[in-house]
Amino acid sequence: MLKGRFFGLIVPLIAITFGFIAGAIIMLLSGNNPITGYVALFQGVFGDTYYFGETLQRMTPLIFSGLAVAFAFRAGLLNIGVEGQLIVGWFTSVYVGFTFDLPMIIHLPMALAAGALAGALWGFVPGLLKARFEVHEVIVTIMMNYIAMHVVNSIIRTYFIDSAQRTEIIAPTASLASDWLMQITQFSRLHWGFLLAIAACFVMWFILWKTKRGFELRSVGYNKNASAYSGMSVKGNIILSMSISGAFAGVGGAMLGLGTYQYANILPSFTNYGFDGIAVALLGASSSLGIFFSAFLFGALKEGANNMQAAAGIAPELVEIIIAFIIFFVASSYLIRWIYSRLQSKKGAK
Amino acid sequence: MDVILNVLYIIVPAALIAATPLLLTALGGLFSERSGIVNIGLEGLMVMGAFGGIVGTLYFESIGFGALSPWMGIVVAIILSAIFSLFHAVASIAFRADQIVSGVALNFLALGLTVFIVREVFGRGQTDTISDRIFTTTVPILSDIPLIGPMFFTRMFLTTYIAIGIVFVVWYVVFKTPFGLRLRSVGEHPMAADTMGIKVNRLRYIGVMLSGAFGGAGGAVFAITSAGNFAGGTIVGQGFMALAVLIFGKWHPFGALGAAIFFGFAQALGTSAQQLPGLSSIPQVYFLILPYVLTILALAGFVGKADPPKALNTPYEKGSR
Repeated sequence: MLKGRFFGLIVPLIAITFGFIAGAIIMLLSGNNPITGYVALFQGVFGDTYYFGETLQRMTPLIFSGLAVAFAFRAGLLNIGVEGQLIVGWFTSVYVGFTFDLPMIIHLPMALAAGALAGALWGFVPGLLKARFEVHEVIVTIMMNYIAMHVVNSIIRTYFIDSAQRTEIIAPTASLASDWLMQITQFSRLHWGFLLAIAACFVMWFILWKTKRGFELRSVGYNKNASAYSGMSVKGNIILSMSISGAFAGVGGAMLGLGTYQYANILPSFTNYGFDGIAVALLGASSSLGIFFSAFLFGALKEGANNMQAAAGIAPELVEIIIAFIIFFVASSYLIRWIYSRLQSKKGAK
Repeated sequence: MDVILNVLYIIVPAALIAATPLLLTALGGLFSERSGIVNIGLEGLMVMGAFGGIVGTLYFESIGFGALSPWMGIVVAIILSAIFSLFHAVASIAFRADQIVSGVALNFLALGLTVFIVREVFGRGQTDTISDRIFTTTVPILSDIPLIGPMFFTRMFLTTYIAIGIVFVVWYVVFKTPFGLRLRSVGEHPMAADTMGIKVNRLRYIGVMLSGAFGGAGGAVFAITSAGNFAGGTIVGQGFMALAVLIFGKWHPFGALGAAIFFGFAQALGTSAQQLPGLSSIPQVYFLILPYVLTILALAGFVGKADPPKALNTPYEKGSR
């Protein structure tokens, strides 16, 4: 039969290929040249150190939202609420960033922790409802997304509106901005958060694979009943994993607030970082390394889309279509397995 | 007393109008979920419906159908969304994809595809505005009834009455016909249904495609009556709210009707609270989050327990037990 490790790699690769083929077909149907389009896309990522810096900046919150989705997924939960957790994390970290006057060594960690805490709280509620009342976390987290957006918008509008649609800028002592990273990337918005994101990949790997708690979380994800039988607290682990997942998402929001934008603004609609996190986690097979690479792919697609429009005149939404197809194909891995086993059995017959 | 009546004369029509797209889409979700397929993709189906409705209306306007165009636009939306829903159906039924993930992908795809096409065709992020809208009507005799007349029969869209009529049709189909019985059996216990010779997967395809048709109608009605054109931000969250309506209405057509009117009420309060005496001091945000908070409370069992169909979110494999 199929080897797990081999298939863990082959499904995402085939899904990506299919996604790009679907994108090419749509470019052809809409009268564009797919080769020109993809070349422009590629150049929009690697053509210039500025573009590359922006790509890394874009993938930073995606790593966090991907980790958040994956962490819950490992415990058998689907956290669609990363979007809302990210929004509250964004606002809370910025709030700490512009309210307090502290030395950087305290201020920055405090702002990050505030973001993590807010996200954790937003994950704790659906976790608690799931554990206590057996309410499906998917619906609760979707509802929590809207509550997060409306509440944060209202708080900014009522108390913290500075200029236009945003809060004031955070103090430099809470900022992740890096002159050095900006300079080597021709003044892109790349910030220290990128290194934090890499560190976060290690943190997730460590929690899941090197601690007793992580073993329990994964065990609950595999088989609830067996875990309960062997004395683990299924409910406790559900609440914990949703909270940690929310904390990852909250720090992802802090990346936007303390790194990219330096402020929080009134959101007319969702940021989509949370939903993209589902795609990142799925494609990355919920592993730290996989998430890093898939966050890079999606960050690059989104950054390259700008150049695709500028240089080849193709609407940037093409990238969203490609991403949607990639998710479809990853989710339909049964199809890929089925085709593969058919090919194998044909070989066997010869 | 007069003040209260005047408030009701503003709020009730606004609530019913806001409830209409939610109701239509939730009825679609009912068919899909009663057959055992979760449909988080209602949002995407509404997006596709809004797109089809507006583009269809623009097309029929341009070839001279006049006031008939928006109605034909709605038909286009229904067909387009029913076909589009096949993505979700094939992925979750034939390829046994996780239904929630597939629904999420459907939302992505709908928004990506429609805005992409709009940009390619119109050269900017939104379509032209339709000129032949469906206008509000005042029903001749009924509107003269004291009290009720001004609330329910003045400045209403015909689509609202049609949608409420459809609720009764859906109720009859789901609970009084053999088709409805089969559909529900597939959602509750697919193996037992299969044993009785019911084609599980075929019914599930029908359920999902009906959700596409109804979701498309909901999106088109919203776009044609409220928005007037289509852009990436035309449908923001109405599909998810329709899902909430379905759950809050306990997967029942009349429940959905009540929930849709209630959610429409919350929406109407949110948008018109500022003009109303006594409510203008309450921050708008409370009205905005009200439907979502209530859905969570309903799910947690504080507003009456809602039990989903038993086989929801599980692919059916012949011969498995």
